[in-house]
Amino acid sequence: MVQVMKRRRTQKEQSDSIAAQMPESKTRLIEAIPIPSGDPLETLLLSSGGPVGLKDLELESEALGSIRAAGVELIVPLIGQGELLGALYLGPRLSDQPYSTDDRRLLGSLASQVAPAMKVAQLVREQQAEAKERERIQQELQVAALIQQTLLPKELPAIPGWHVDAFYRPARAVGGDFYDFIALDDGRLGVIIGDVTDKGVPAALVMATCRSMLRAAAQRHTSPAAVLADVNDALVPEIPPAMFVTCLYAIIDTEAGELVFANAGHNLPYVRKADGVIELRATGMPLGLMPAMPYDEKRYSMASGEEMVLTSDGITEAHDPNGEMYGFSRLMNRVARKPSNGDMVSAVVRDLEDFTGADVEQEDDITLVVVTRTSSAQDSAQTFEDIGRVLDTFTVASEEGNERIAIDRVTAVIVPLGLNSSRLERLKTAVGETVMNAMEHGNDNRPELDVGVEVSATEESISVRVTDQGGGRPIPDTMTPDLEAKLAGEQTPRGWGLFLIEQMVDDVRSTREGGAHTIELIMNREGAT
Amino acid sequence: MESLFEATVAESDGGPLVVMSGTVNRAAKEALEAAYDEATKMEGRVLLDFRGVDYINSTGIAVIVGILAMARAEDRVVAAFGLTDHYREVFNITRLADFMTIYDDETAAVAAG
Repeated sequence: MVQVMKRRRTQKEQSDSIAAQMPESKTRLIEAIPIPSGDPLETLLLSSGGPVGLKDLELESEALGSIRAAGVELIVPLIGQGELLGALYLGPRLSDQPYSTDDRRLLGSLASQVAPAMKVAQLVREQQAEAKERERIQQELQVAALIQQTLLPKELPAIPGWHVDAFYRPARAVGGDFYDFIALDDGRLGVIIGDVTDKGVPAALVMATCRSMLRAAAQRHTSPAAVLADVNDALVPEIPPAMFVTCLYAIIDTEAGELVFANAGHNLPYVRKADGVIELRATGMPLGLMPAMPYDEKRYSMASGEEMVLTSDGITEAHDPNGEMYGFSRLMNRVARKPSNGDMVSAVVRDLEDFTGADVEQEDDITLVVVTRTSSAQDSAQTFEDIGRVLDTFTVASEEGNERIAIDRVTAVIVPLGLNSSRLERLKTAVGETVMNAMEHGNDNRPELDVGVEVSATEESISVRVTDQGGGRPIPDTMTPDLEAKLAGEQTPRGWGLFLIEQMVDDVRSTREGGAHTIELIMNREGAT
Repeated sequence: MESLFEATVAESDGGPLVVMSGTVNRAAKEALEAAYDEATKMEGRVLLDFRGVDYINSTGIAVIVGILAMARAEDRVVAAFGLTDHYREVFNITRLADFMTIYDDETAAVAAG
């Protein structure tokens, strides 16, 4: 009677047994009796160096009692690399003689050969099980990624006067990030960013459910707070325990630039303004935790050139190789600096990769949505990308000589910026000529029509925007005046304005919106005099 | 805000002197042309004194171009002094300086005459 008892076993393995090849009537299968880890019998077997007879053995062991009761007389331990891999349980010899020294030596020799084979078999089984588990997880991740990517917007909204950009990169163990854009009545745009706790298929399914609920509620309510409250109540009975969803929902009136938003525990959005970055703060519990939760609703008016940046915690909670977190302040600092090419999404992602290291496996999904209010309602490509801090805005009536008022006001706000005197004088002349053109060509010298002037500055340059009221003649193309022809009386002595403007400043940009012209004068703050 | 333009004519060792003050713009046309006519009653170069001028815009440049055109028609030499660095640059950019010698100051202008 022989029984192989394995220390590491599955339920099926516990029932495995080997019966000695003996006459059927004289064999009996001994039930596999496990030896608990830490049992004194385990210690004894590990230190025995060979088969252990139980006849006279005295040991405080529960397992020993059970094994004896099963009729075992000899235990042959199977030891590999100092570990008790299993044991052979042997009952009395068929001859009723005690086990001889030769028997024990033979069994010990057998055990020393069986043990390594068992170890290998165990490792192979474990590796097979791990491979299967990995394959299952991989398939699950593929399903999760498929669900997520299928539900994310395929296209970005194209709205005159606005620029919308988004970025989503899943972690290997796909998280539950999502974003969405919903076209609403009256030119309003719903913007959603969210994050489901947990990863993989469960998170993806909750994300899909939540997204559908948000889309449905967004059509029923005009208030973001009401939408979140509705979705929260619907989600609570559906969501698996210990899961919840953080979510920010904003509705943008794309005509007026008004933003109404509510937040269910998501990262606060940032807005890059002309004079710095602010957080858009509204409080509310994550969705799916508790029913009947109230949500704050806040408003913000986005000015031209302002940029709202929505992120997921995969960005702020990313770590560098030393374990330091990217964090909110680093993100805020990055958002505060307008990228020279205007691409905030790439700037943030690049900054994050510089911080974490490019080859490091991403810890969590990364999601970024950037909504910019550009200054032109017609063509975002023709907007004034370089608008910075607005220093002064004013109007002057279209009366000859009023360009001097504009020059003096612009000078007053620019002098403290330290522009050198030569460039200041040039800018003053350009401003005067531009305002004169706006009064004459744009407003037909009608005193009741104003010319608008806006002065702003970035670290690199000063911008003066001059806007007429439209309705006047189109701005003619700049031509280099032919002085000889003028002196010869073949041309009018006039026609110097546009030429002078272009000669005086570093860049001149022109846009037309609803018939009104805007000329933007750009003067770099550093450069040749 | 806008300072009125005035121009008076005086004699100098360097030729008739047109002393200007205020803003040179289209509104200065009549007064400047009258002063130029007065100056051309005298012999020699016409010296334009810009020391009292605080602002010149493109319409003022057009007025000066008109003066230069008149001078060219009657082979009269015109010179100038008293321009700020900025307006010297403007006169260079517009090439007015190609048709009117610009001196640093009155002494240099008179001496050159």
